[in-house]
Amino acid sequence: MVRINSAVIVGYGGYVPRYRIRSEEIARIWGRDKSELPVEEKSVAGLDEDTVTMAVEAARIAIKRAGVPPSKIGAVHVGTESKPYAVKPSGTIVAEAIGAVPSVTAADFEFACKAGTEALQFITSLVDAGRIEYGLAIGADTAQGRPGDALEFTAACGAAAFIIGRDKNEGVAEIEAWTSYVTDTPDFWRREYEHYPHHTARFTGDPAYFHHIVNSVKNLLENDGYTLNDIDYAVFHQPNARFPLVAAKLLGIDLEKTKPGLITGYIGNTYAASSLLGLVKVLDQAKSGQRILLASFGSGAGSDSYIIRVLEGIEVKRSLAPTLDKFIERKTYIDYAIYARHRKKILM
Amino acid sequence: MSKVYVAGVGLTKIDEHWWMSLEYLMTEASLKALDDAGISRVDSIYIGSMLSPILQEQSHLGTLLAEELGLSGIPAIGVEAASASGAAAVYAGAREIESGRANAVLVVGVDKMSDGMAEEVTAAMMSGERQEYVGFIGATFYSINALIYSLYMDRYNVGQEKIALFPVLCHEHAVNIPHAQYPFKIKLETVLNSPYISEPLRRFETTAIADGAAALVLVNEETAKKLDTPKTELIIEASTDYLTPFQREDPLWFPAIQLATSKALSRAKLERRDVKILELYDATSIMAIVSLESSGFAERGKAWQLLEKGELGLSGALPCNTFGGLKARGHPAGATPAYQIAELHLQLTHRAGKNQVDSAKTGLAQSLGGVASTAFASILREV
Amino acid sequence: MFRIKVPRYWRHKDFRYRLNAWKCNHCGETHFFQPLICRKCRSREFSRVTLPESGKLLAYTVVRSPPEGFEAQSPYIIGFIELEDGTRILGQLTDCYPEELKQGMRVEATLRRIREDEEDKIIAYCYKFRPAI
Repeated sequence: MVRINSAVIVGYGGYVPRYRIRSEEIARIWGRDKSELPVEEKSVAGLDEDTVTMAVEAARIAIKRAGVPPSKIGAVHVGTESKPYAVKPSGTIVAEAIGAVPSVTAADFEFACKAGTEALQFITSLVDAGRIEYGLAIGADTAQGRPGDALEFTAACGAAAFIIGRDKNEGVAEIEAWTSYVTDTPDFWRREYEHYPHHTARFTGDPAYFHHIVNSVKNLLENDGYTLNDIDYAVFHQPNARFPLVAAKLLGIDLEKTKPGLITGYIGNTYAASSLLGLVKVLDQAKSGQRILLASFGSGAGSDSYIIRVLEGIEVKRSLAPTLDKFIERKTYIDYAIYARHRKKILM
Repeated sequence: MSKVYVAGVGLTKIDEHWWMSLEYLMTEASLKALDDAGISRVDSIYIGSMLSPILQEQSHLGTLLAEELGLSGIPAIGVEAASASGAAAVYAGAREIESGRANAVLVVGVDKMSDGMAEEVTAAMMSGERQEYVGFIGATFYSINALIYSLYMDRYNVGQEKIALFPVLCHEHAVNIPHAQYPFKIKLETVLNSPYISEPLRRFETTAIADGAAALVLVNEETAKKLDTPKTELIIEASTDYLTPFQREDPLWFPAIQLATSKALSRAKLERRDVKILELYDATSIMAIVSLESSGFAERGKAWQLLEKGELGLSGALPCNTFGGLKARGHPAGATPAYQIAELHLQLTHRAGKNQVDSAKTGLAQSLGGVASTAFASILREV
Repeated sequence: MFRIKVPRYWRHKDFRYRLNAWKCNHCGETHFFQPLICRKCRSREFSRVTLPESGKLLAYTVVRSPPEGFEAQSPYIIGFIELEDGTRILGQLTDCYPEELKQGMRVEATLRRIREDEEDKIIAYCYKFRPAI
């Protein structure tokens, strides 16, 4: 696939809102069996939060780590399926809020849960091509869970941001290779004017999530000459606590390499931020020289996979801002009624 | 320079006047004032209103009132200084008399808050603050007061039960007042148990939605001599401060009050101790407390002692808000200052009924725009 | 119905999104909106600054009688904060319950939604403060 000459992550940041709702509580409302819940609990955005505000939170953390003056950021791209505006980019507000305007390009990306890694591909390419000095890629969502539906248990809120540059001396990790595997597979979608998406239940498994991730990773490893032994961590898109472990198994990857980046059990599926927050979690603990396999999945469908190698700079830069755990540990439980208010499920 | 005399006053009852319009209220008060003075024409009109351009979408009030009074033709001008608008009208009228350009001027304050829903009125009251900064974030007039209240209690170690004595005093004074909105006593417990508007500020430490108009006829010496009616001499001064209390050096000090009051006392050749009756602008209990301290009637942090010792009661050393003040007589926004000055006039012309304080010959009314962003000090004395 | 006037909202986004302000070169007074002459010392020279995002909470209150446009958020918390450079600023406090707040606690600025036009739905964003993480 495409050779990357020079693209490094110079700053990274993850954000999760404060509020949590337990799956048990959602099960209580809908009379569902509590024995097989897909996650323990999920994150819920505050009344005054949305994709833009969470993106800014994550971006500011990434900037703190990067130590880059925001005016040098030449592109701000937000990947999301919950833009506050159908027409008006989230990217412009983020760019303005961090001070990257006006010499910047900004637009939003949509590809369901892989919109964030989509933005990352684009930013990486702009930097690698020498078009910009630094770029900011964000995956952020306030996922819409249809009341009473299986996905309501997991649809969560979060954001992850990465600043990409060229200079390895500034880097915390280097993006060595990436690839995409995309087909037209309608496993999950949302038409205009609909509040909630539709999904195809079991069809979202084998023909969608597993088919695309497995093929994307296999292509990446083969084409770029990596073996499973080269990989120290495997981070997958995390729609629930089980799928990533099954994907690892299918690929022959040791489950212990997958567990460190698996956070969906206690924050839920943050959609476009999902795999990227897993990456943030791993960067918060990885050591220089280790390699991370990142494989996202977006319904519709496709999988972006990356090989990312951690650099020496990680130790110092990690300590410049709060780790993701600080946000995960910052939590207050709310009940379904407050959750419905927060997520605007009450018709006014 | 001519002296200024108040020759007549007119007040409407303060209430939610569902059946009376803004125009009706302002005209009713004006005619009462003209009748009280025994004149039917004036040389000019100044009218102060804070909320009419927002709630009634009506500006151009001077011209409107002139027409309603059958006086079209004379100069008539609307004046605005947020909740001190009524005082601003008095100030403008007084200056015109002092300059010798007019013999008699009608000055009016009016506002009709009940035409708006509570949230609209709350938003409209922020037009007297920095809209793009303080209004924008959803701060309300009461939340600003609450922050000051909180800082005050902390700095001086004074409990809420001391400060909440002020509304209790006001209600006591309003009992016999025909134009008061709430002419009944209340207990301290009632104040302390009332729900929070914005903690620590409780509902009964704030004022309610109210409609009212008050008018005064100001005349020069020459005209005063020709009129039979009782008169008082008026000296009014003004001062300003930063719009937002939190950009000042110390949010717990109102320099505008101090300046306006000193200027007025100085011009009247009086000392503070010559003031025997006081009208304080108690839009909230804490504003009254800080006002007392900022005008030098109490040491900082100690104004509550005057309350506790009964000094501010009708038989105390410095009777305060003898008609009920903003809390109990009522606070129709920009109209209030006109009420304050008119009430002082009634006191000094021995028409305060059961609330008469005979020993008082000189009174001071403090009228504030915002949280003392504008301060007017009006001194009235018996002639 | 609560309306946002777009030009007014847009004009001050530097301040509201990033806490960009001006400081008087002569006396150091902070002005949140473009000054022509210093309110304190009347000097006419200013420098553009970005205010620090961290500060401490001096006082707070909970608004329970909201103005138009804020009904859906009510009750909410207004705080009086002293930033690290001494600038004093009012802002909403978020991500916290009133019981958790203490005078002197460290807070930091964040971007949040502050109001929404009820007819054409434009969203206004603004700084708010939350307990430091």
